[in-house]
Amino acid sequence: MATYSTNEWKSGLKVMLDGDPCSILENEYVKPGKGQAFNRVRLRNLKTGRVLEKTFKSGDSLEGADVVDTDMQYLYSDGEMWHFMHPETFEQLTADAKAVGDAVKWIKEQDVCVVTLFNGVPLSVTPPNSVVLRVVETDPGLRGDTAGGGGKPAKLETGAVVRVPLFIENGELLKVDTRTGEYIGRVKE
Amino acid sequence: MAESTPIDWQPTAAIDTLRTRARVLQSIRAFFSVRDVLEVETPVLSRAATTDVNLESFATVFRGPGAPDGRVYYAHTSPEFPMKRLLAAGSGPIYQICKVFRQGELGASHNPEFTMLEWYRPHFDFSAFFDEVEDFFTTILGEHIQLDLAERLTYAEAFRRFARIDNVHDASVADLRRRARELALPEVRGLSDEDRDGWLDYIMSTVVQSQLGHAGPSIVFEYPASQAALARIDPGPPAVAQRFEVFVKGVEVANGFQELTDAAEQRQRFEKDRARRVALKRRDVPMDENLLAALESGLPECAGIAVGIDRLVMLATGARSIDEVIAFPFSRA
Repeated sequence: MATYSTNEWKSGLKVMLDGDPCSILENEYVKPGKGQAFNRVRLRNLKTGRVLEKTFKSGDSLEGADVVDTDMQYLYSDGEMWHFMHPETFEQLTADAKAVGDAVKWIKEQDVCVVTLFNGVPLSVTPPNSVVLRVVETDPGLRGDTAGGGGKPAKLETGAVVRVPLFIENGELLKVDTRTGEYIGRVKE
Repeated sequence: MAESTPIDWQPTAAIDTLRTRARVLQSIRAFFSVRDVLEVETPVLSRAATTDVNLESFATVFRGPGAPDGRVYYAHTSPEFPMKRLLAAGSGPIYQICKVFRQGELGASHNPEFTMLEWYRPHFDFSAFFDEVEDFFTTILGEHIQLDLAERLTYAEAFRRFARIDNVHDASVADLRRRARELALPEVRGLSDEDRDGWLDYIMSTVVQSQLGHAGPSIVFEYPASQAALARIDPGPPAVAQRFEVFVKGVEVANGFQELTDAAEQRQRFEKDRARRVALKRRDVPMDENLLAALESGLPECAGIAVGIDRLVMLATGARSIDEVIAFPFSRA
């Protein structure tokens, strides 16, 4: 991989830090008038998700990380691994529970996810921003309640639990925002 | 044109901010007018450049009469050298407001070209000069923000108080490194154990500076002798530079010196800088022989200061980024 100097660091650049792939979030230039220039950097460790703060002497460099985001279709889970397929090359990859993480709560077979690969191996899985899932368990619906106030929990077919309005019935299809875990609306079949 | 790259032709500064900026410049000129300090102008382009290891000059080429094959000129990083030539020629107290240029300096509080105020007071010692400097900041900024109490403290005192490092002038790199760890400062990369000044700058800019100047302008003086630049050195012990900086609300706004007047020592410092530049693989630049000749003929004892006007306007308006106070910053220049 190429190396990148402090002048090339910008938000989104993927670099190696202490053996882990990281994504640069912020790069701030700091320099006393008569002194040494520094770059104050915030990075996200893509393996642990943790945000780090580091200071580098300006002109220092880091090796780029071979991290690529690929759209892949989720095929199935065998209970231990999750299987994905590239929609054009039909190449298949398996991701472990750590890589799939919270995405497991939202994805159904056939869904197209963003699989982040590090040196060709799935590092993380990002579900679509919104998904449509069926309610499998919730208290009986209250007719006439159309306002959003209050609400109740509803369990979806993937196991996720979201707060929904009181009028939602078992078996209905809901659109949900996977980034916030919030109910967006009902979907007609 | 609808789908092409959008052109950001508009200013990044609000027109109201530009009014404040104009007001600050007017107040500065009024401040010096009543004190009989003469406004001067000196060249932006020079055959010589600053040798300062931490400053890079923009270079350009003149082609024309006397230079058929082209001759390199450097854009000034501060108007200091020609202003000292005026002082040596008997100008008396002078000031200048001008654009200066610094290669590579771009960030939330840096624009590669920025506006600098520089002023010199012959025959002022630090105590008299600090009075005027405090007056300047409370007058100019006091029109816009509340400044109650000016303070003066030494570099050693600032490190003792805000980084809890005693006797910073005697501290080794190992001491500074340990203290940085104890203070839980974000880890620093690429700073070698030989670079003691780098470690001092690191601690200054990460923990000390942000705590300075919250009640009013804070003057920090007696910098390490190794960071003297063009200041005279007091042999001590400990040896310290007669250099100071001004901080307001954690922002570095000015740097000043009791000016070095000794031509031989000035030449030695230029040579030392040039040797370090070569060792660090930075561009070797010609030193200013005009300045050396002026010092040779006699520069009066004087104190001088350079103030960043853009940062002053940032403080006056509460701007968080320098782009908010410049009509067209570097990204739109």
